[in-house]
Amino acid sequence: MFFRSSDDGFVHPHASEITPQRVYQQRRAFMQHLATGAAGASLAAWASREAMAQGATARPGKLAPLPGKVSSVSGASVMEKITAYQDASTYNNYYEFGTDKADPARNAHTLKIDPWAIDIEGLVKKPGRWDLADLLKLSPMEERIYRMRCVEGWSMVVPWVGYSLAELIRKVEPLGSAKYVSFQTLADPKTMPFVGSRVLDWPYEEGLRLDEAMHPLTLLCFGMYGEVLPKQNGAPVRLVVPWKYGFKNAKSLVKIRFTEQQPATAWNKAAANEYGFYSNVNPNVDHPRWSQATERRLGEDGLLSKKRKTLMFNGYEAQVASLYAGMDLRKNF
Amino acid sequence: MRAWLLRPQAKAVLALLCALPALWLLTGAFQDRLGPNPAEALIRGTGDWTLRALCLVLAVTPLRVITGTPALARFRRLLGLNVFAYATLHLLCYAWLDMGLELSDIAKDIAKRPFILVGFAATVLLLLLAATSFQRAQRWLGAKRWQALHRAVYAVAVLAILHFYWMRAGKQDFAEVAVYAAVLGLLLGWRVWHARLKQARR
Repeated sequence: MFFRSSDDGFVHPHASEITPQRVYQQRRAFMQHLATGAAGASLAAWASREAMAQGATARPGKLAPLPGKVSSVSGASVMEKITAYQDASTYNNYYEFGTDKADPARNAHTLKIDPWAIDIEGLVKKPGRWDLADLLKLSPMEERIYRMRCVEGWSMVVPWVGYSLAELIRKVEPLGSAKYVSFQTLADPKTMPFVGSRVLDWPYEEGLRLDEAMHPLTLLCFGMYGEVLPKQNGAPVRLVVPWKYGFKNAKSLVKIRFTEQQPATAWNKAAANEYGFYSNVNPNVDHPRWSQATERRLGEDGLLSKKRKTLMFNGYEAQVASLYAGMDLRKNF
Repeated sequence: MRAWLLRPQAKAVLALLCALPALWLLTGAFQDRLGPNPAEALIRGTGDWTLRALCLVLAVTPLRVITGTPALARFRRLLGLNVFAYATLHLLCYAWLDMGLELSDIAKDIAKRPFILVGFAATVLLLLLAATSFQRAQRWLGAKRWQALHRAVYAVAVLAILHFYWMRAGKQDFAEVAVYAAVLGLLLGWRVWHARLKQARR
């Protein structure tokens, strides 16, 4: 058809050359994403996330699926290798089920997660009980690939599923006097064999400043690896605050309370000189009994390779450092 | 049984048994059998086995006296060196897997963290005992002085328990510490009781 005549009529391209609608829309979403996000970093994250969708984040196939869309929150998708599901679901600190890392995976099967609800209390306009089903519908699920740095000096990279806690907080409308948010884990001696042990005061309590809780990276989490949370990881709903040490991420939440005073937190009550209220990941402030300058990335760093350097705010400095402007982080550890 | 204890093979069998936990841990590291954090499993595993080896060697004399089995004394040196071997492995695992063999970092860590300092001190004492465990050293020191020096193993037991206690203090999880403290306390307490008894008889 090098010589075209008016007899040819309208020349249609091959069907294969037509951009499918799905791809066209993806491209639109991609362009919007570029326009809204910090272009460079999120471009890389977006590209890597597409690669991971077929790779490491593949569903383990153990529990009910809970897919999440790519998050547009800055810093929500780190580009590091995702920790194996096997490691993330068998190496846990969940003292209600035992203090050994392997205990929760062995013991948490007794946890009853249906029915489940979270009570919203304290200084809010709309206190009340939120059933899990309503929480699941409150906002679209997003996948957030976060670093998880334990205060003990090890770390993982976990693809969580959930949405910004801020979505829920906005719905319950905190009063002007609310300055802090406290989070309470279930403490049921019937199903949690180590509730009542002397290690901690039960129930497990954690807390954030209201602005920390409102930060878009602070995640109300319902799943991981594209599925609902395993019980040993804090099913059915937990907190994930990626720039803080892992123990801030209270599991199996039953109560969220808005307060004016800084709430007590479980580890701070147990050892105030070792665990502060903020507990931001900070390589420059050592734990009294060990250094926090380095960490071991589970399943990745070889046995004999050196531990990697811990990043300020666990690598989320660009997103969260402004929350702590002017604060002495050595005092407020 | 008692006749068998006197045979040369008895020591070889015991040495092999002592090596089994170390072999189990080492092969575990290669076979990926130590869970998601093999470095931690190796450091803790070698520490646990050092404590167990310490209980074992300190049980020799009470067992020998209570059961009237003098042949047991033959195994004391082997079991003592076994404690030193596990303590050395424990120190090596810490220095290599946790500290990347950075000597200046290790020195700072020992000075900074009391529980590391205490563990290190116990290992240095064990080195001293291992270095003087041979017959020539015994002759060179003389029986009295040698025995006095080797009573340092009681200090090692106390330091080891303190090390373990401080390590677990963070989680206030003292159940295992209590078990080892009870066993070692019993073994040391028996010695005090036995020495008093002997004195009273004189």
